[in-house]
Amino acid sequence: MSSLKPLMPLKMKTKQNLFNPMLRIMVSTAIIIGSWQALVIGLEMPSFILPSPFEVLQKLIDRHQVLLKHSWVTAQEILLGLILGLTVGLIFAFQMLLFKPVQRWLLPVLIASQALPVFAIAPVLMLWLGYGIASKIVMAALIIFFPITTCCYDGLRNTPRGYLDLANTMGATKWQLLRHVQLPAAMPALASGIRVAVVIAPIGAVAGEWVGSSEGLGYLMLQANARMMIDEMFAALFILSLLSITLYFAADALLKKLIPWEI
Amino acid sequence: MLAKAQDRSIIFSIVILMSNNKVQTLQKSGISIDIKGFHLRYHASLKATIAGLDMHIPAGLWTCILGRSGCGKSSLLRHLASLLGEATDWSGTITTKPQGDSQHQIAYMAQQDLLMPWLSALDNVMLSTQFGPTLSPTKKTQFQFDKAHSLLQKVGLGHQANSLPGQLSGGMRQRVALARTLMQDKPIVLMDEPFSALDAVTRYRLQNLACQLLQDKTVVLITHDPQEAIRLANQLYIMQGRPALAKLLATPTSATPRNFDAECAELQQTIMDRLEQDYE
Repeated sequence: MSSLKPLMPLKMKTKQNLFNPMLRIMVSTAIIIGSWQALVIGLEMPSFILPSPFEVLQKLIDRHQVLLKHSWVTAQEILLGLILGLTVGLIFAFQMLLFKPVQRWLLPVLIASQALPVFAIAPVLMLWLGYGIASKIVMAALIIFFPITTCCYDGLRNTPRGYLDLANTMGATKWQLLRHVQLPAAMPALASGIRVAVVIAPIGAVAGEWVGSSEGLGYLMLQANARMMIDEMFAALFILSLLSITLYFAADALLKKLIPWEI
Repeated sequence: MLAKAQDRSIIFSIVILMSNNKVQTLQKSGISIDIKGFHLRYHASLKATIAGLDMHIPAGLWTCILGRSGCGKSSLLRHLASLLGEATDWSGTITTKPQGDSQHQIAYMAQQDLLMPWLSALDNVMLSTQFGPTLSPTKKTQFQFDKAHSLLQKVGLGHQANSLPGQLSGGMRQRVALARTLMQDKPIVLMDEPFSALDAVTRYRLQNLACQLLQDKTVVLITHDPQEAIRLANQLYIMQGRPALAKLLATPTSATPRNFDAECAELQQTIMDRLEQDYE
């Protein structure tokens, strides 16, 4: 024991340094930008194939107004898509839990909605819902609604037997059981569904923008690509990844706050 | 450190209460249960789990049921708690005295503490107030709140009222479960090996605590630990055979929780001999 003691402060210090999130993010960002720049210089990449990080940064500053405008559109599509997909997914999960016949009828529909690639449905959605924001919201909702439904349904269905037994001996009704036992017990499962959803919702939105739109980051990237403005494309890409990462960490922090008992 | 000091004070209070404890008389108020010719069979199996079981569970006393795992003792308890539902066929008569709907007179304590991880210790104790047909809009009345608080103090966890179950040790969690059972305030308490997952000393202390706090209840305790049964039983049944039958065993007349003496040791040997037959 005593021989280990001198080691403790040293161990603590490295642990603290390694686990400081800000430092970690800064270090990994520096490594990525450094190797990116090294790649550009080392392989003498022309800027229309791979622009240097500084050109991209320059573009970000020069064109910030255009970029912000399009980012706002995409952000709206993602957020509204998340809300729509979450709502529909939860409704489906509850229906399936509460009414067994519904489950038998609904499950094939659910699986079919995932068997069709979103890209294949996109043109139809454009046709029906127009080039505006609505079709992208539906795209994002469509792509997230399956993980939400299955996670929530599984969570609701797999309430530990003992909890249900206990509540039953206390005379719980079906609704009280759902409200006070099954729903809270399903929260951690639902949370993992939401974490997945938050990461893949931007895919739906951007895919929708590629198929047909007049604004949004996906649209901007297509336009920039066609005009060989690769630095602008990278700038849009950068904002898109920043958006997704922020969304994920915001959702993660919110879920941890709402479900403190989650393991 | 804090928890330790707290625990010590519990032991102290138990010792005081035990010395005040008079020798129990066999006539007590409460509900007794009579089981006659009870048969139970799961739909999934061809053979009956229990066949022709007779048992008298006296009011206000502890009835312990011993038996090897899978002998049907849990099934019997779950049947009494109306938890088996449609998975089984059963016949025989189960009568409670005084008569009444036994389902609303039963509190159930399982091997796992079954604390809801999203509720604080206090809210877990108050769980039963969330359920039931008679719901007023202000369910969490001050009275219930105070009662839950005092029960938590009785089990020595007054200072942990706002902790989540994840922050409590196994022994503490089972004590919260005990407080939750007491909160229900039912005349019959069914216990399915509630102390079996705890370490020896924690188990010993929880047995004392439960014995003290559940004094006037009709308790049915299922266990596979002969020592536990000997310490706590006013009446002792061994469930044996396939399908299972229950046999009554004589218990020492001293007050529970018993300290182990020669008589207890002898009884333990008898129990072991009897139980061993079942493994051949």
